[in-house]
Amino acid sequence: MPLLEVDSLTVEYKTNRGKIRAVEDISFSLEKRETLGLAGESGSGKSTLGLSIIKLVPSPGVITKGSIKIDHVDIMKLPEEKMRSIRGRKVAYVFQDPMTSLNPVKRIGDHFVELIQTHEPTVEKKVAIERTKRILESLGILPERINDYPHQFSGGMRQRIMIGLGIAMNPCLVIADEPTTALDVIVQAKILDLLESIRDVYEMALILISHDLSIILERCDKIIVMYAGHMVEYASSAELYKNPRHPYTQGLLESIPNIELTGQKLSAIPGSPPNMLNPPQGCRFWPRCMNAKKKCSVEEPPLIDVENNHWVRCFYGGEGALNG
Amino acid sequence: MWKTIIGLDAFTAEKVRLMGEIIKVGHLKKYFPVQKSFLEQLLTRKMGYVKAVDDVTFAISKTEIFTLAGESGCGKTTTGRLVVRLLEPTSGEIYFNDENITKFKGEKLRLLRRKMQIIFQDPYASLNPRMHLGEAVGHPLEIHNIAKGKEKKKMVLDVLDKVGLTPPEQFINLFPHQLSGGQRQRAALARSIILKPEFIVADEPVSMIDVSLRTTIIDLMLGFRKELGLTYLFITHDLAVAKYISDKIAIMYLGKIIEIGTKEKLFLNPLHPYTQALLSAIPVPNPKRKRKVIELMGEVPSAINIPSGCRFHPRCPYKKAECIEKEPQLIKIEDSHSVACYLY
Repeated sequence: MPLLEVDSLTVEYKTNRGKIRAVEDISFSLEKRETLGLAGESGSGKSTLGLSIIKLVPSPGVITKGSIKIDHVDIMKLPEEKMRSIRGRKVAYVFQDPMTSLNPVKRIGDHFVELIQTHEPTVEKKVAIERTKRILESLGILPERINDYPHQFSGGMRQRIMIGLGIAMNPCLVIADEPTTALDVIVQAKILDLLESIRDVYEMALILISHDLSIILERCDKIIVMYAGHMVEYASSAELYKNPRHPYTQGLLESIPNIELTGQKLSAIPGSPPNMLNPPQGCRFWPRCMNAKKKCSVEEPPLIDVENNHWVRCFYGGEGALNG
Repeated sequence: MWKTIIGLDAFTAEKVRLMGEIIKVGHLKKYFPVQKSFLEQLLTRKMGYVKAVDDVTFAISKTEIFTLAGESGCGKTTTGRLVVRLLEPTSGEIYFNDENITKFKGEKLRLLRRKMQIIFQDPYASLNPRMHLGEAVGHPLEIHNIAKGKEKKKMVLDVLDKVGLTPPEQFINLFPHQLSGGQRQRAALARSIILKPEFIVADEPVSMIDVSLRTTIIDLMLGFRKELGLTYLFITHDLAVAKYISDKIAIMYLGKIIEIGTKEKLFLNPLHPYTQALLSAIPVPNPKRKRKVIELMGEVPSAINIPSGCRFHPRCPYKKAECIEKEPQLIKIEDSHSVACYLY
């Protein structure tokens, strides 16, 4: 049985101006030692999806439908007090901005000790400190720096500390939400390597959320492409790269520059993402789609398995794009 | 001086002689003083400086897209702002069309700004939220007494149409908050070209734009180069974008250009150990490709305490004794390709 099972998850933000379905009817599963990539542009609902897995959707967001099972536990039924033991202990969440996620007036060691003692009240401080030192060492940070404050570390180091806090309780799932967006490429590569090695050593599953399709393609086993709250395509990364079926995925792949190619011609997807208060009827992508037909603007396309667990939310399964 | 440093080949040198260089920058420096606490001021007389730009020399030929690339804090943005005279250089010279503009002031500077413009990274911050597009985009025309009233409106409509904000009659009355990020950046682009400048500094113009819309902004920029004969100084941290758009690329590290060349040569044959590491770390959108990332020791040092000799030596896997003692200068290795490193 898979480690994480999400079934027809729907999240809504109830705002003054109307209801926004940020995540609609999303299902997927994830095994140990697997990396799932959530790709999509700003506002596509990828962060909301990530947060909803640990029931942390910010107000006024509400999970209106669906079930989430982590390690065989249905967390939708768990009361809030029980959720605290899931967060941190079973699932770690690494946020984008390591500066605002650490308490600036607290030493690094204290962050760890507090976390460990919250989840395991019987652990003595001395033991917790020893454990912290071991974690810091495994992250490539000198254990002597345990008494330093967050501002004494660089951005990359802070993100390492955040990852360390995430894995301190030995969770089975790490959700990393744009973990390297604020970092330079060299540091980015190191952080992604670190996440990968931690995943293998601790036998965890990893969800990587990023707007950068290059990172997702390079680092993930499976990929969900999100558009306007919908999962428009779901496939293994090799399959998605070789054989993208949804016109949106095809457009995205054609718009990212690849440093290994020369004389590459990039193209753009016309138009811009829809206003989520008032999404288009039918397929949410049809106003920008080159192959849209009458049907697309009326009916919502279902998610179809085109072959071997390669799912596409398009009436034509990408065929329209291939023919036209 | 510039030709020998940048190491042009014979053909390009001839082209440059005919076309001319629009921008020449020589030994440009910008040091920002560091605020000290009162106690530190009492205890020491020495001022601390952030050496944001530390002796940078380059030239940009007409209609060229010249890119400054590097990690955050390497001084690329400061260099861009110095070139358009938004910041006063500590020392060094800037030439625009063979005229020394380093000391331009008042009316002269105002007239100069008709010819050089800048586009900023954040289109949410660079447009006044209380000005509708007609006002914001047409503002430069008024400042420079070029057009007013109906004539101004006609020019604004024309330029909005050019950047793809169509129908312009509708967009002219919209406020920035009614536009998407991509549309705002188009508006910023419209404002920068309405004066028909010769030279534009584009500081990370697509970094905040969604991937699916980036290409349209880049294509617009490339189109204006052809149509208006524009020259760009493009500033970016994203080398994949740099490779797509540029003719020539300069890699900066801690306030200095450490390698410069045409994009073909730089990407095919990166010479400086830092450039090699930087290129190896760029993600490639291909799941089958397993990259070998070149490991660098430590992180970028502070620009207040720049290491002696070659500023990259503490992290360099190939450092030698001389790297610690003396700073290497840019030397020409092949046509249109120079590097500042003792390995060559």
